[in-house]
Amino acid sequence: MSERLPYREGEWIDRKQPVAFRFEGKSYEGFAGDSLSSALWGAGTRVLGRSFKYHRPRGVYSLTGYDVNCLVEDGRRTNLRGDNLSIVPDLDVRSVNTIGGLDRDRLKIIDRFGSLMPVGFYYKAFHTPRSLFPAYENQMRKIAGLGKINPQAQPVATPKDYAFCDLLVTGGGPSGLAAAIAGAEAGLDVLLVDEQPHLGGSLLTQHARSRAASERLENLVARANALENLQIRSETQVAGYYADHWVALVDEKRLTKLRTRSSIFATGCIEQPAVFQNNDLPGVMLGTAAQRLIYLYRVSPCQRAVILTANTEGYRLALDFVDAGITVVAVVDLRHDGEPSELDKQVTAAGIEIFRGHTIYEAAAGSRGTKVNGAILCPLDGEGQPDRMGHLRLACDGIMMSVGWAPNADVAYQAGVRFAHSELVEQLIPQHIPKGVYVAGRAAGLFDLEDQIGSGHRAGLQAASQLGFYQGEIPDLPVHHGQPPSHSYPIFSHKGKKNFVDLDEDLHLVDFKNAHQEGYDNIELVKRYTTVGMGPTQGKLSNLNAVRILARLNQATINETGTTVSRPFHHPVSLEKLAGRRFHPHRQTPFEAIHRKHHAEMIHAGTWQRAEYYHHEKSSREDCILQEARQVRHSVGLIDVSTLGKLQISGTDAARFLEHIYTGRFTDQPVGRLRYAVGCDELGVIIEDGVVARTGEENFYVTATSGGVAAFYRDLQRWAMVLHMDVQLINATGHLAAVNVAGPQSRVVLEKLTDLPLADDAFAYLDVHQGRVAGVDAVLMRVGFVGELGFEIHIPVSCAVHVWNALMEAGAAQGIRPFGVEAQRLLRLEKGHLIVGQDTDALTHPYEVGLGWAVKTDKPFFVGSRSLEILRKQPQERTQVGLVLSQDYGVEECHLLLEGSEMIGRITSVAPRTTIGEPIALAFLHPDCAAIGNEVKICGSGRKLISARVVPLPFYDPEGSRQKVDL
Amino acid sequence: MKIIHCPVNGPRPLQEFYFGGQFRPLPDIAKAGPLSDAQWADYVFNRNGAPGVQKEWWYHTPSGTWFIAERDIVTDTFLRTYLFEEHGEDV
Repeated sequence: MSERLPYREGEWIDRKQPVAFRFEGKSYEGFAGDSLSSALWGAGTRVLGRSFKYHRPRGVYSLTGYDVNCLVEDGRRTNLRGDNLSIVPDLDVRSVNTIGGLDRDRLKIIDRFGSLMPVGFYYKAFHTPRSLFPAYENQMRKIAGLGKINPQAQPVATPKDYAFCDLLVTGGGPSGLAAAIAGAEAGLDVLLVDEQPHLGGSLLTQHARSRAASERLENLVARANALENLQIRSETQVAGYYADHWVALVDEKRLTKLRTRSSIFATGCIEQPAVFQNNDLPGVMLGTAAQRLIYLYRVSPCQRAVILTANTEGYRLALDFVDAGITVVAVVDLRHDGEPSELDKQVTAAGIEIFRGHTIYEAAAGSRGTKVNGAILCPLDGEGQPDRMGHLRLACDGIMMSVGWAPNADVAYQAGVRFAHSELVEQLIPQHIPKGVYVAGRAAGLFDLEDQIGSGHRAGLQAASQLGFYQGEIPDLPVHHGQPPSHSYPIFSHKGKKNFVDLDEDLHLVDFKNAHQEGYDNIELVKRYTTVGMGPTQGKLSNLNAVRILARLNQATINETGTTVSRPFHHPVSLEKLAGRRFHPHRQTPFEAIHRKHHAEMIHAGTWQRAEYYHHEKSSREDCILQEARQVRHSVGLIDVSTLGKLQISGTDAARFLEHIYTGRFTDQPVGRLRYAVGCDELGVIIEDGVVARTGEENFYVTATSGGVAAFYRDLQRWAMVLHMDVQLINATGHLAAVNVAGPQSRVVLEKLTDLPLADDAFAYLDVHQGRVAGVDAVLMRVGFVGELGFEIHIPVSCAVHVWNALMEAGAAQGIRPFGVEAQRLLRLEKGHLIVGQDTDALTHPYEVGLGWAVKTDKPFFVGSRSLEILRKQPQERTQVGLVLSQDYGVEECHLLLEGSEMIGRITSVAPRTTIGEPIALAFLHPDCAAIGNEVKICGSGRKLISARVVPLPFYDPEGSRQKVDL
Repeated sequence: MKIIHCPVNGPRPLQEFYFGGQFRPLPDIAKAGPLSDAQWADYVFNRNGAPGVQKEWWYHTPSGTWFIAERDIVTDTFLRTYLFEEHGEDV
């Protein structure tokens, strides 16, 4: 059982609930309400962790989780911070980054060679030979690293939550409580978020001695709890701040995405350490950490304390120790004049010796080097540096530092607040604050309790006023009076090189001097070179001192030196909280169930699921595809083309509009006829192709590519507006289904289901007719994409399955079977039809792919016309050709065509097995090499050269007789 | 996530919008006469990326609404959004 100070009102531990837990394989006991760090410290443990690089022993330092001295893992989770980890029964954790356990850590030997390992040591020492770096890196990562990830860990789904409020207040101390109350009383919906388990902030620690302050806290919390429109979330971090007050809140269970309308940062300050030799030894800690131990957990920070200070808070701290019955050996004040307030007398009256104008030069370590057993004091010279001639040693087992503050401002930075150094408080305070954001309390440089509450109240009223909830007076912002609470340079040289600036990264003072000597004189460069502030705490305890050191080396001010801006997150957030659900929505055509019944292999095609091919007995994929294609060539097949973009375009300007959009002519298109259409962008690059059906004088029905229709439709909407055209556009892609019944027997099949005359003279190639198919209203188009007689039938989605089934039944005698996307791609390739996006790229214009005939240059304007006019005059760099390959393997899309070592072209589509017997391809080729009959070389798989011959397009049925006339 | 004010639908999250590029009126050949190839290439390829307020096309996808936004590209702040019809003169 751990030793604790006697009961005191307000303590966080519940002495009626002892909790047993395990740390480093040993059993310990603490109380409910303890953090791992407080329970271990209470049990007399002094080494809570090992440092990242030198494996130095580390103990309680901030006790807020703003350091990572106590970093543990439990097998599932890693890099848990002992300061924030509540102890619960069955908790069983180990320290990260040790070999052989925390006490024996075999890597601690590295500490003795620390002076040989300056910043960049690993990279400088191991960067040659380059081939061995991966091996070195592997070892380095074992030595200098943090927790290990368990690759066997099971994924955990965490809930995501959305929340909304008028005002977010971050920080539940005096100013935050006052701000939240003022905002809520004015009628705002307020959310108050605090990362600690209990509200109160500094009222719980620094102001804890004062009975009046405790009453103040009780009063504020009672008022806050009584307000229904004020919600409070404890143990929650405001992890990141994004555009338009979009905020990430993270707690133990979940990520909450919060949208607020305004925000108050009452985040307080983070106490900053002094830099002296061995300032990281267990027993050296921040004054606020000692107060947290004393008042929240009732644990003695030590038995005999020396307090290093430069402000009033250090004197209050001495009295906190006196009240708790702990001996204070001395107060060491960096200020030559000491403390001007009454507290000086109270401390003297308590029998505590005060050393004014002194510093702690070094913390002396015990024999095992794992804890403090003395403090070596030196008077300060005129430069503010220790005069070693006057040194003296005080025996103690704890050194408390209370030398200054930095605003807890990283999230405020993300919200757009910019800070500047103020000599009034020797601290960064807000300088530029964006609309809807406010900063109150200590983060704004206010240290008097009444000022803090006043500034919070003021911020709450400001937020209410900005949102129109308050019209009254806004009180003035209080101003700090008296001496600055922070010392301007609490940093002291020592030849021992263990005066740490950054405890995360084990950086000491000389590392910064070396970096500066190597020419890194800018804070952003120093940060990246030394890695200061790049450890797990992101420099919460080190950035300020790093800036001070650099400012002094540059002989510049803090403001001239600048500060680094922080990014999310405030504290690390586990990936399981960030990971979203695996959600990949896709669209299905109405024939989805039919495809599956026919054993289709489904593929993702853009946003759609499509049937790639249909498994047929035990045939291979290639055999199935070829069988389906042959069926279309020889008899009849049926394909689902519902994914085609389908646009209805009508209005008095409809034909003229299409002429502006596409390269072709449409005003003279007869009703009942189809035209192939190519659409370009302003660069003259092909972005769309499709078929335009004129169904009436002012009515057109247009098909577009499956993948491109959404963007194309969006473009059309804009052009209709910009060109001031009277057109109505409807994207009917989702509510119409379509099938293509294709093959020499297609007419025979379709005739059974419709009254429309289908004979060549009544329903010619490129005709469009409206009629009924199997009793369903349909638009029928006679097209030839696959190069055979064929009818595309467009029908409402609701009747689609009925029509499909009727066609399959009607075609049973002809052996009709469905064919998939792959067979269609093969058939169109044999016909030399290009697919936009596959056989064209982001530079392809119509003249390169044999579509010059579709570009009508006698029109006044169409999108891309001016560019095409220029392109047509230029010598062509490539042209689309058909190739017959010398072998049916080894050539794939994007393989290059070579002449010697020169690239002369690229394969865009390839079919090793075809219904015409020869392996074929479409390719881009330099016009000089594109003569029919020319032999070219393809750099195929395995870099083998494969020969091919340029042939005229199309490969199949050059006269087009099969699709055009009755056979 | 940013909030954009669609002139028809009011404030909606950025996710619902598509950025349509800088708002650049088509060169008016009727007024200014035919463009040289170089002038046309300048229109097609060059964009003004200077800091300041820029007019942009935005599209609210769920409702199919194109509109124009005036945005300060230094601070990424939307100053004004309005429909194309309300644009007036320089169309």
